[in-house]
Amino acid sequence: MSKEQKYQVNEHGYYGQFGGAYIPEMLHPNIEALQQRYLDIIYEDGFQKEFLSLLKDYVGRPTPLYFAKRLSDHFKTQIYLKREDLCHTGAHKINNTVGQILLAKRLGKTRIIAETGAGQHGVATATVCALMNLPCVVYMGEVDIERQSPNVKRMQMLGAEVRPAKSGSRTLKDATNEAMRDWIANPVDTHYIIGSVVGPHPFPDMVARFQSVISEEIKKQLLEKTGKENPDFVVACVGGGSNAAGAFYNFLEHEEVKLVAVEAAGHGVYSGKSAATTQLGKIGVLHSSKTLFMQTEDGQVVEPHSISAGLDYPGIGPIHANLFDTKRAAFLSATDDEALQAVLLLARLEGIIPALESAHAIAVLDRIGAKTDDVVVLNLSGRGDKDLDTYIRELNL
Amino acid sequence: MNRLKSLFQQKDKNILSVFCTAGFPELNSIIPVLEELQNNGVDLVEIGMPFSDPTADGPVIQYSNTIAINNGMMLKVLFEQLKDIRQRIQIPLVLMGYLNPALQYGFENFLRDAHACGIDGLIIPDLPMYEYETFFRQKMEKYDLQNIFLVTPQTAEDRIRKIDELTNAFIYIVSSNAITGGNTDIEQTQHTYFQRIKEMKLKNPTLIGFGIKDKKTFDTACEYANGAIIGTAFINAIDHSQNLKTDIAQFIQEIKPV
Repeated sequence: MSKEQKYQVNEHGYYGQFGGAYIPEMLHPNIEALQQRYLDIIYEDGFQKEFLSLLKDYVGRPTPLYFAKRLSDHFKTQIYLKREDLCHTGAHKINNTVGQILLAKRLGKTRIIAETGAGQHGVATATVCALMNLPCVVYMGEVDIERQSPNVKRMQMLGAEVRPAKSGSRTLKDATNEAMRDWIANPVDTHYIIGSVVGPHPFPDMVARFQSVISEEIKKQLLEKTGKENPDFVVACVGGGSNAAGAFYNFLEHEEVKLVAVEAAGHGVYSGKSAATTQLGKIGVLHSSKTLFMQTEDGQVVEPHSISAGLDYPGIGPIHANLFDTKRAAFLSATDDEALQAVLLLARLEGIIPALESAHAIAVLDRIGAKTDDVVVLNLSGRGDKDLDTYIRELNL
Repeated sequence: MNRLKSLFQQKDKNILSVFCTAGFPELNSIIPVLEELQNNGVDLVEIGMPFSDPTADGPVIQYSNTIAINNGMMLKVLFEQLKDIRQRIQIPLVLMGYLNPALQYGFENFLRDAHACGIDGLIIPDLPMYEYETFFRQKMEKYDLQNIFLVTPQTAEDRIRKIDELTNAFIYIVSSNAITGGNTDIEQTQHTYFQRIKEMKLKNPTLIGFGIKDKKTFDTACEYANGAIIGTAFINAIDHSQNLKTDIAQFIQEIKPV
């Protein structure tokens, strides 16, 4: 993991006009300590040694970069799947939780909280808390508790307490609100492991750094397989945007690599039931960050919709808002139905059942403009086990 | 002169500030609420600007925000309601709420309209010191709107000193590490914290808020600060009120008999 700054965040946490730390005073001491210490802590030799060792032996890294021949034939281009779905716990989320739990221990914190949407980040947090013997509380929207019940049970098996968020849309944004409230009430002993590149500085930068291992590996693996380390396209889904931030990280300065971020269009971008933030959002301040999010004319947050709990968030992280604003990344979207069809497509062509979130990235492969000999790396961020109930219901299995 | 300044010049103890969400319980409630609060001797009112995601607030204030938004409250409506308020209300008025609705209104327009209505100050919990100094301070000063900062049990002494330098209104002492609406009595650790702040002899007056809910907690807070702020308990008192006049009179008289 290189200490070099890739996303060009300034010392106050701004990516262009986006970012910052719009926190209430109650969170100031914790955020200030993180801002001052996170780089020194995570690039210290002992930390790196422990982090990399856990990624290798516990998470199972490096994850394979797999040439998907039948999928490539189908889309008439060269598609490589970065198999984050093979990480321990089933998604890329654990790269970040391993990093943050080591950080929390070095900060002397004795209690961990987290928010979760699909439950993948909650499971990844509960997992590292079990590993490090720290008590763990995960906030999860009531709606998500219902639609991702296997993950709720997994968290409980791992010893975490799952607390329902009962306000608002009762999904990811409300779980984030509840976690922030918990942190306000417990500022001394608690570390809040934010699961995406959202929230106040330094969280977006820190989470992107922990996830940057994804693109670091892609470069090496692609060089071995194709003789060049930069693909023509990198495609990833975006809710808050952590897997995309990690997959894009080491390609940012290579302008020839086209970055494609895929948002959830729900029932259709303009259907009123969507989570396509860059299409529908405006700049504002939500969850302590100045970024793009879906809101009314009066500045109230609009409740999003996506069949995928992990993408059912009204905003995107400030890193992605800046990539959109500067046009460094292209932002596409896929509907609920397109994502479901993509799940089946990957299952039948490659024998891989992806998570609903990752399926959104697959669903746009015919519209990214890739030519026959272009190399496309698709970040397959998670596996579909957690979505089985939805697949059974929606695909009439 | 700014009404906040003249209040604190005339009075230095037992100041009662009440918080009420605009548009709660009914869309047009804020005018009668302000009148009754003034009639009952309340010194200062914080008018809450509702937001869908009030992360520093507890369930009661969030509930009042949701009701207010559903009632159709928005800044445009609020400023229309408050247009002639200074013909009837003389006590200082402060707007309290999260940053985003003001940003969408256009921050300068927001300041202009607040100033035109006779608002004296702003409490924006998610506007921290760096962002205030860098992007907002000049504009607020241009419209004579005092920014009111929060101080918590975790705020370091040098930071409290800096806040004391940056403001000319009052300092909002958050009583504990909690969101609004805490339901416990004031504990020994809080006495120690209040005493520590008191001994700093700040140039600005101080008001204690969060968890102040009745006469007992109000009186305790007033031993250490110039006064206290009641929010959640007041929201509960007027929820589903059939008669704002009597309910408000009863609530205030129990805390601070005239």
